[in-house]
Amino acid sequence: MSNTVHSQSFLRKYIFSTDHKTIGAQYTITGLVMAALGGFLAYVFRYNLAFPGDAIPLFGELTASQYNTFITCHGMIMVFWVGMPILVAGLGNFLIPIMIGTDDMAFPKLNMMSYWIFLFSAIVLVISFFVPGGAFGGGWTLYPPLSANGYLNPNPSFFKALFYGNSLMIISVALEFTSLLMGGINFIVTTINRRAPGMTPWRIPLAVWMINIATVIFMFSVGPLIAGAFMLLFDIVLGSGFFDPSRGGDPILFQHLFWFFGHPEVYVLLLPALGVLGEIFPVFARKPLFAYKIIVYLTIVAAILSVVVWAHHQFIAGIDPRMATFFSVATILISIPFSGIFLAFMATLWGGKIRIELPMIWALGFIGLFLVGGFTGLFLGSNAFDIYAHDTYFIVAHFHYTLFPSIFFGFFAAFYYWFPKFTGKELNKTLGYIHFWGTFIFFNFVFFPLFFNGLGGQHRRIFNYGMFDSINIEPYITFEKIATISAICLISIQIVFIFNFIMSWMSGKKAARNPWQANTLEWLAGSPPPHGNFDNIPTVYRGPYEYSAPETDADYLPQNVQP
Amino acid sequence: MENQRSLSVPILRVPQGRMAMWMLIAGELMIFGGLIACYVLYRLRFPEWADQAVHTNTLIGAINTIVLLTSSFTVVKAHEAANKLDIGKVTLWLSASIGGGLLFLVFKSIEYSTEIGHGFTFASPTLQTSGDTIGSLFWSFYFFLTGLHGLHVIVGMIIMFLALLNARKGQKLYRVELAGMYWHMVDLIWIFLFPLLYIAK
Repeated sequence: MSNTVHSQSFLRKYIFSTDHKTIGAQYTITGLVMAALGGFLAYVFRYNLAFPGDAIPLFGELTASQYNTFITCHGMIMVFWVGMPILVAGLGNFLIPIMIGTDDMAFPKLNMMSYWIFLFSAIVLVISFFVPGGAFGGGWTLYPPLSANGYLNPNPSFFKALFYGNSLMIISVALEFTSLLMGGINFIVTTINRRAPGMTPWRIPLAVWMINIATVIFMFSVGPLIAGAFMLLFDIVLGSGFFDPSRGGDPILFQHLFWFFGHPEVYVLLLPALGVLGEIFPVFARKPLFAYKIIVYLTIVAAILSVVVWAHHQFIAGIDPRMATFFSVATILISIPFSGIFLAFMATLWGGKIRIELPMIWALGFIGLFLVGGFTGLFLGSNAFDIYAHDTYFIVAHFHYTLFPSIFFGFFAAFYYWFPKFTGKELNKTLGYIHFWGTFIFFNFVFFPLFFNGLGGQHRRIFNYGMFDSINIEPYITFEKIATISAICLISIQIVFIFNFIMSWMSGKKAARNPWQANTLEWLAGSPPPHGNFDNIPTVYRGPYEYSAPETDADYLPQNVQP
Repeated sequence: MENQRSLSVPILRVPQGRMAMWMLIAGELMIFGGLIACYVLYRLRFPEWADQAVHTNTLIGAINTIVLLTSSFTVVKAHEAANKLDIGKVTLWLSASIGGGLLFLVFKSIEYSTEIGHGFTFASPTLQTSGDTIGSLFWSFYFFLTGLHGLHVIVGMIIMFLALLNARKGQKLYRVELAGMYWHMVDLIWIFLFPLLYIAK
């Protein structure tokens, strides 16, 4: 069917496209643009932390309220407008239909609409920088009372209050959730209903499993926060008092609603990255994925546990110590399934004929960095330690060691792995290695020193410690300078990536159909896959990880090979 | 386009529209579930809210419950008629359901205007100005829950109207079922709201 030449206009083909690959690219590119914005914000406030009071190159003087705005928006952007579009929406759109062997999503028009709502939400967020008072600056967690009242608008008039930074941020988040709910419905229906003949549940590649489990977690946990976001918005614009103690409400309620979603969200970002790893390790170790079914079961266990750990973000919010004990135990429990998954990945590598290629090295980097994040998470999970470390740089270093590998190492691993498929071009290897080592080394230099600053008690939201005469900031400042200079290098090295991306896409060598000798169905389609993906819908006869099988001379057996 | 679709075989043999509608309903129930959970927790913490809940109009609430349940019944009849390809009956029963939604909204507006007339509004006054009536937040919850539900009633009516437009031309009769599913969800949410807001006093 797809051999028929599609004579589509430019607008239909690249802008208002219903093709899952184009929509995936739209999500990814929007996410990367937002990542550049988020990275720039990070550069500005990091510079201020290392050299407080100095004028910042490319920006100028930073005021305290701008600093608050920037750290808030950096968090918001990196989680909701970079992590979500790139890892969940982007990878999901690229991979799900082609990996399960179908021509497109179940609802292509809904898919397109979901992207355009997403783009609109990003625009609303960017606009919020330019309204009077600037974008919201009370922390990315949107906690009331800072977000709900007050200091901006003692007596709100409806339309005026609607265009404050905090209202706009809430609206943009709500829009983004709507868009991703639409996308999520699409992902799940596509996976359940539109698999190629023979693609039984245990023949689905791990990436598709992981993205779907992530989508289910997202759809289950986001509802209460949508309700909570509107309650917050009504507190701002309509004068209700859901979270206002002086009107009978309770600000802690919002923390519960936020983290009931906010913690599972961390796993929503982690799981697609783990799925990518599950695709890359067997291919580059030439071995079947170790304990494929158990990984899926463990992920489901982790998904269930992920919705009963949320209050570990609120240990200092005055929750009942008995509750705190429960949430501590649940938090530490959740490390068991994830340890299982990581051990399975390492067992996949054990004794394999390992090929060190670009995707593999990113995946290995992911494992190394995430372990640091995971281990420090064990400390933070116990409330006795968390009460000491809460809101210090220890937390900042911890969650950057989990989220940065998930979002960026996961994305770059996927990028270097599937780039030849979706563009039909090969990437420049040397530039790829420069990009990897630069990112890996500088990332560690940014965040490892911050663990020590955090243990030393440096608070994460202080604009300028120089304002406190009684505190000796010298020990902090040295590490802050190391971190800031490395952060500048970390951001600059991404230029190599952008250069490699554009140059290889424009004038790279033509890639083969199956350059990595992988088994899954996407390597069967043309490079780049045409609209409709396959010449004929393939029939699946075997699982996705049959490498080094004894029944063949070649060391791999694609899923569509008849037994 | 349709040719392309038919090439991949649905494995569970559940029509994908129905599956998507179940997902949507699950998502909606999580939104309402979160909101209702918040309301219930506040109610348990502040028994004083009962003094405010006395002012809701149980009679109109009960009538509205009957109206919605009846319209759910008619939408089932519409689905049955759609299965028998009886276009005339589909039109009739779907129109009856839309009428039920309309009637619900009429009663709801009567209720709203009375309540607002008595000074119960969405905004919650601060505790100083309202004396010891900590329950003013009850009305914020009341208007949010019923307002959001009312929005879903309107959306459900629009969906049924679109299904009706298709069905009159004999097209896309499966949409009658999907509209019915959504309408049942609207009904179900009201079944939760009615006792929580009108009966618990």
